[in-house]
Amino acid sequence: MNKTGTAGNQGADIRSDCHVTLELTSSGGIQIDLTSKIGVLFGESINTLTHDILAHFGIENAHITIADRGALDFVLAARIEAAVHQVIETDKEFWPELLPQNQYTTAKDRYRRSRLYLPGNTPKLALNAGIHTPDGIILDLEDSVAPDKKEEARYLVRNALRQVDFYGAERMVRINQLPMGLRDLEFVVPHYPNLILLPKCESAEQVEQVDTRIKELAVQYGIDQPIYIMPIIESALGVVKAYEIASAAESVVSLAIGLEDYTADLGAPRTNEGRETFYARSTLVNAARAAGIQPIDSVFSDVSDMEALRAVVLESKSLGFDGMGCIHPRQIKVIHEAFAPTPSEIEKAQEIVHAFDEATRLGLGVVSLGSKMIDPPVVKRAQRTIDLAICSGKLSADWKEVNA
Amino acid sequence: MTKEFVKNAVGRMIPTEINGQAVIPFQGPHGYKTSGRKYGPPLRTCADYPADGDKRVPDLKAALIKAGLKDGMTISTHHHFRNGDLIANQIFNIAAELGVKDLIWFPSASFPCHEPLIKYLEDGTIHHIEGSMNGVLGRFASEGKMRGAGVLRSHGGRYQAVQDGEVVIDIAVIAAPTADPFGNANGLTGPSACGLLGFALADSEYAHNVIVVTDNLVPFPCIPWQIQGNNVDIVVEMEQIGIPEKIVSGTTQITKSPDRLFIAELTAKFCDAAGIIKDGFSFQAGAGGTALSIGNYFGEIMREKGIKARFARGGSNQYLVKMMEEGLVETILDGQTFDLEGVRSMRENFNHVNTSPFTSYNYHGKGNFASILDVVILGATEVDVNFNGNVVTHSDGLLLHGIGGWQNCLFGKTVILPIPLFRDRIPVIRDEVTTICGPGELIDVIVTERGIAINPLRTDLIEATKDSGLPIKTIQELKEEGERICGVPQTIEFEDKIIAAIKWVDGTVIDVVRQVKTN
Repeated sequence: MNKTGTAGNQGADIRSDCHVTLELTSSGGIQIDLTSKIGVLFGESINTLTHDILAHFGIENAHITIADRGALDFVLAARIEAAVHQVIETDKEFWPELLPQNQYTTAKDRYRRSRLYLPGNTPKLALNAGIHTPDGIILDLEDSVAPDKKEEARYLVRNALRQVDFYGAERMVRINQLPMGLRDLEFVVPHYPNLILLPKCESAEQVEQVDTRIKELAVQYGIDQPIYIMPIIESALGVVKAYEIASAAESVVSLAIGLEDYTADLGAPRTNEGRETFYARSTLVNAARAAGIQPIDSVFSDVSDMEALRAVVLESKSLGFDGMGCIHPRQIKVIHEAFAPTPSEIEKAQEIVHAFDEATRLGLGVVSLGSKMIDPPVVKRAQRTIDLAICSGKLSADWKEVNA
Repeated sequence: MTKEFVKNAVGRMIPTEINGQAVIPFQGPHGYKTSGRKYGPPLRTCADYPADGDKRVPDLKAALIKAGLKDGMTISTHHHFRNGDLIANQIFNIAAELGVKDLIWFPSASFPCHEPLIKYLEDGTIHHIEGSMNGVLGRFASEGKMRGAGVLRSHGGRYQAVQDGEVVIDIAVIAAPTADPFGNANGLTGPSACGLLGFALADSEYAHNVIVVTDNLVPFPCIPWQIQGNNVDIVVEMEQIGIPEKIVSGTTQITKSPDRLFIAELTAKFCDAAGIIKDGFSFQAGAGGTALSIGNYFGEIMREKGIKARFARGGSNQYLVKMMEEGLVETILDGQTFDLEGVRSMRENFNHVNTSPFTSYNYHGKGNFASILDVVILGATEVDVNFNGNVVTHSDGLLLHGIGGWQNCLFGKTVILPIPLFRDRIPVIRDEVTTICGPGELIDVIVTERGIAINPLRTDLIEATKDSGLPIKTIQELKEEGERICGVPQTIEFEDKIIAAIKWVDGTVIDVVRQVKTN
């Protein structure tokens, strides 16, 4: 009985994906059965790619069935490779070309107002994610991927990191809970991710484990750019340990909260008012600020209700959060708008920065505005408000000259 | 038989003859000058019609027999019910029953509901179709199975062909939601109300025999008379002529796709940056989810600026009606009602006016409304690096869509095509489009999710938007980006057989479609 490997998705609603069945045979070379609506346009290219991958793994005789639904090469390659690994034992991988523009780095304190979740085994949603300009995109290997699809999703996420241009969005991956997440890192770290999300985090030790493994892999693959960590707190215990988690490693840049799991853990239904999560959210903001990192709020799950989302974001901002998760591209604009400073906040910040500039020009050690003394942290916060206003399109970058 | 070919003004090889008729090759958007007189249908005398004005016969079969249905005739129908049409299939059922052969079907458009007609194309009841061939009918033609070549015309081109006598309609069957026994008819009321009957105007004026069928007969006079009874030969009353709910097709809902909404918003921003959205401007309101949402974004910008549009032209729908009733749009010049809100508004609002291809699109007329429009938003299956556009075939060579009013609207002052850079791995911007339906000199702007390309001929738009911060790129750059993502598609091969001709608005042939290779 020959071993059979399968990977991918099929069905009438599937787009930009394919389903692959691979069976090793004893003779007859490579037999490819391709069904594709775009076969007359890409059939030759798909055949060539299939031969290349099978040759890469030393497979000479096989029967492969590809039901294509408009998959791009990196998707086809991930599906074929996932099937290959089910029928032969090998440490080899088939890496598609790395786009040169996919090696950018991000700053520790960059804005993380919006991070768009992309299910790791659904290629269609990744292709255009970057055009919506979220601050970050998350290729998710955890909750959005069914248990029996975890392995094939790893190949797809790896290929997406190499081949999909996210146009400057911070490239994030949510790994699985430990220990499974440690294996995920092997498929992610060599491909220039900017940040790893660690779900259901409950201890500093888990963060340290991830941080250590990232560093080992980075050395092994010669990745010398920073890879940050954003632990997600999703349980009562996690909330209690929030500060310990937030300060567990230098590479932790943000601390996020996941309220669906948290409220389940509490045994309290999640409400729109959110009284049941107030303690957790406040604790998390406090812990993150104490550790000098960004507190990031949960996602809002009703993708059709933009007004309710706006209200949630405004509350989130008022509690001290710096950002939120998104599960639909349409949420991004609303979140950016709501986290943007208000006109009066901008005006106040401009006055403070002006006063600071003036004091510096005059060589004064003390900054004052009217009769009030202004402390350095206030100036720093004002400068951040200005930066955010510029980033949100609420203030011209050359406002100092314009106002002068 | 060897056919001769000539190269037309867009470089396509065109046969000198199609379906036994001489072909005039495309000579540029305004190149071909016509002369002569309009076609005249036979004179009639009222002595041959009932003096009491009652032109009814018992059923459609009796009407077709009375109209002299015989082999080789041209039969016209209309698409006011879009996918809810119940008449065309009945006509050809009757023709087949009577053993009539080699008919030419001349619809203003076809829809998936016309799939049953394939059996009549197979058995020879219908020789060929002159009109849009959507979906299954197009696929049938693409596989070389239709006896004659299809002839595709724009809505305006259809009016021109009838007016000029290029197509002589033997029998026109006009499905009317309300009519009187004299033949006066409109689309405003009745159980099958569809708004207007503009696509049937030419047929009512020029066909040799005009049959009005209705499921809502009112006593004379039927007011208003969008179709004049004085042009009508026969009236038939029947149970049901159309399914009004099916007027609403998938293309008449605002898109929920975030990528398309993104393109729509970018298009509206471009129009704003280019200075197009100003008080008193006018726009074409097309069908299709993206075009509809652009109208919504226009509305937002107008509200913010406190300005109004003088008129919107095109298909009316709930969104456009809302804008008019809110006061953002002063007048709707409606060519095709896309949903029942549009029907309601046309009935209730004096400034929601019914138009026809004669007023809006006819190239052989003394002007038309399309060229007065400030901005026109259209779709395309493909565009090439010379801005030529395709709306009828897909990149795999299959003929799957009609031209609609697309060619006619290209004469608007600024023509914008918002399209995704690729669909299901197929890049939309090509070196050459599979079929040229519109010449690049009339297409001004391509808006994709990855950037905007402006036709180099439009130096004014380039200048106006250069500091806008919008992602303006060259069309070549956009093409390369699409191919970087999708790969370069292989060249497809066709059989020699020509399965359809694509007419330009003036009756010349701009391109032909060939049979696809089937393995």
